[in-house]
Amino acid sequence: MTSSRTLHLAAELAPGAGDSPSALASARTAAPAVGGTAARTVALARLAEGAALDFLTHDDSFTRPGLDALAVLARVAPETRSIGLVPTVTTTHTEPFHVQAAVATLDWVSRGRAGWRIAVSPTGAEAALFGRRTAPATAELWQEAGEVAEVSRKLWDSWEDDAEIRDVVTGRFVDRRKLHHVNFQGATFSVTGPSIVPRPPQGNPVTVVDATRPAARDTAAHHADVALIRASSAEEAAALRAELRQGARAHGRDPGQLRVLLSATVDLDAYEGGPAALAELIAGWHGGGAVDGFHLVPAVPERDLERFTAGTVTRLRDRGLFRKAYEGTTLRDQLGLARPVSQYAAEARVTTGARA
Amino acid sequence: MSTTPGRKQIHLAAHFPGVNSTTVWADPRSGSQIDFSSFEHLARTAERGLFDFFFLAEGLRLREHNGRIHDLDVVGRPESITVLNALAAVTDRLGLAGTVNATFNEPYELARRLASLDHLSAGRAAWNVVTSSDAFTGENFRRGGFLDRADRYARAAEFLATARELWDSWTPEGRQRPFVHSGPQFGIEGEFTVPRSPQGHPVVIQAGDSAEGREFAASAADVVFTRHSTLEAGREFYADVKGRLARYGREPGDLKIMPGVTYVLGDTDGEAQERAGEIRRQQVSPQNAILALEQIWGRDLSGYDPDGPLPDIDPDPDSTLVQGRVRVADPVGVARRWRALSEAKGLSIRQTVVESTSRQSFVGSPGTVAAALEEFVATDAADGFILVPHLTPGGLDDFVDRVVPLLQERGVFRTEYSGTTLRSHLGLPEPVWKG
Repeated sequence: MTSSRTLHLAAELAPGAGDSPSALASARTAAPAVGGTAARTVALARLAEGAALDFLTHDDSFTRPGLDALAVLARVAPETRSIGLVPTVTTTHTEPFHVQAAVATLDWVSRGRAGWRIAVSPTGAEAALFGRRTAPATAELWQEAGEVAEVSRKLWDSWEDDAEIRDVVTGRFVDRRKLHHVNFQGATFSVTGPSIVPRPPQGNPVTVVDATRPAARDTAAHHADVALIRASSAEEAAALRAELRQGARAHGRDPGQLRVLLSATVDLDAYEGGPAALAELIAGWHGGGAVDGFHLVPAVPERDLERFTAGTVTRLRDRGLFRKAYEGTTLRDQLGLARPVSQYAAEARVTTGARA
Repeated sequence: MSTTPGRKQIHLAAHFPGVNSTTVWADPRSGSQIDFSSFEHLARTAERGLFDFFFLAEGLRLREHNGRIHDLDVVGRPESITVLNALAAVTDRLGLAGTVNATFNEPYELARRLASLDHLSAGRAAWNVVTSSDAFTGENFRRGGFLDRADRYARAAEFLATARELWDSWTPEGRQRPFVHSGPQFGIEGEFTVPRSPQGHPVVIQAGDSAEGREFAASAADVVFTRHSTLEAGREFYADVKGRLARYGREPGDLKIMPGVTYVLGDTDGEAQERAGEIRRQQVSPQNAILALEQIWGRDLSGYDPDGPLPDIDPDPDSTLVQGRVRVADPVGVARRWRALSEAKGLSIRQTVVESTSRQSFVGSPGTVAAALEEFVATDAADGFILVPHLTPGGLDDFVDRVVPLLQERGVFRTEYSGTTLRSHLGLPEPVWKG
């Protein structure tokens, strides 16, 4: 690995996503003010977009104060142009068919900038909100999350790109040979398909998995386009990255299609050396090949994202380590990930669909 | 609002032309059915016309015919709530209504998504509650299976009641309290994480004309989306549904009745009639004519010539040919009527289908259509209309440019939005908070 690899930068938007005392205070004070969520989030997204960050995550869970994350980012989509939008979506108590349709639709309304960060809902409190089943062990939930990722990809692929034909002579709107039942049988659910949503602009929206917990790591290696890790040294990060890439290879994937980002909760008020020191750290870890980029989890988004973009990103850009402007229009473009060909497309057409 | 006192006001909604046979996709002006720009165009047009709300339908499994995916109409659509959240960014006042199934969702998650939409749109969210009973759609979902007809309304009613409990679990002063719901359909407890939304509860729409549907609407809905689009059927339905409200301690104005209607405009009535005929022929392609016949007959009729006579065999009442559509209630009776029409007028299969189906609700010059709409509302056949244009995305343009100003001149339609929430557009009371 060389330092000429593209550096990828992302940031978290939800108030209080970090675990510092000021983050918790921020989450609590934000809850009653949800009426301002749209304006607040649009302002933050534009700030991040001004610095040409790859994407924004928005944390979520059924017990987290605040609005549905996918809804918030759909609201942000028309007011931004280039930045990727990645809401957290749980796979535990939700319907896989609805989840994939919502993520595909986020990709349509953002014109190819959607991702989703897969999460599980392991607590009894979350299970009680649904009353359908007791909370299974976390390992089982991550296995189910992997199945939801797999069926989502199948459903996104269940419409080939050129399924819509509008052939007036034969009266056909679609070529039904290019619409596919997925007939997926998982351990806890089954889906017949096809999706109700035509294939989204990116083919498959970007799948992000937080691989911090060991239980999530195999699902990340198997299904993630972007894996988030936490590490306290460059060596630890490099080892995790190698483990994930090895896992991807074991699942028959090209490890070059997996981006590993270090997720770091940063309180730029308390961070010694401030934004400049953070730029040094990012440059060092990325240059050394430990990670493909950084995912900033600001302790207080309004304050820390401003400092990060103005202080840290500017320095990285001045050193030629980070893009000056967006290249391409989709999130896959920013991440340097190929647009996948539908797994159902005929063999003969496989080689023609890929686009760098 | 500058309106003429005493004249009953018309409410208007715009239905995105979607997955049904009225949408003409083969017209050169027909645009994308999935690009956000199409939804944006139609929503902005509706807002320019000061409409009450924009409406999205839902389908949770692609329709199949004879075991194969139906390919003659528009196929595919986005997920409603996500599109509505995006439309909240490009509109300011327009209500945003999404159809979401109560059979294949859970109250906690859906109540949260709807409250989120209400917050993100500053009080413009509406939920069209529909139910499903078919195992065919269930094959896409965890719960799978199906419900008995009666059970689906029992589930829908308890679903809605549970959602209202969740929305009420925050006091109007912004204090959160834990909730417990224990009933035959749902047993849930915990804390609802979304503070009370601007409308208190999103506006609730009910679609479905059955006796159970009417009773459900009278007990719990704010708007009824009905198919009764003729004056006589409309008045009867209107009186029936409004008559059920008192039993629930509700006033006639608490529930708005809005039929889904189609329309065709022309410079003159004659020109509009001519265009209406052209549009019907576009809607009923030769292939669609055979399909329409198969939906009644429940048999494979692909060997028949669309320009030839109707089949002389009878419908199969137990057919499973068609999946994912509302069933024709009396196929044998319909077949008999179609045959009689064909014989009386010497019509081919396609001509019979053009004559029998897809007849537009309002056809005429802008003045004729405005007068007819006013008559419907003034004589209690409706409180307003859900307009279903036949073209995406420009199908509403002429109505907004040419009919809305005439309705305003007549003093029966607003000349500006007087409030910010959908509830205020519809003149609905604030929901009573039940602590």
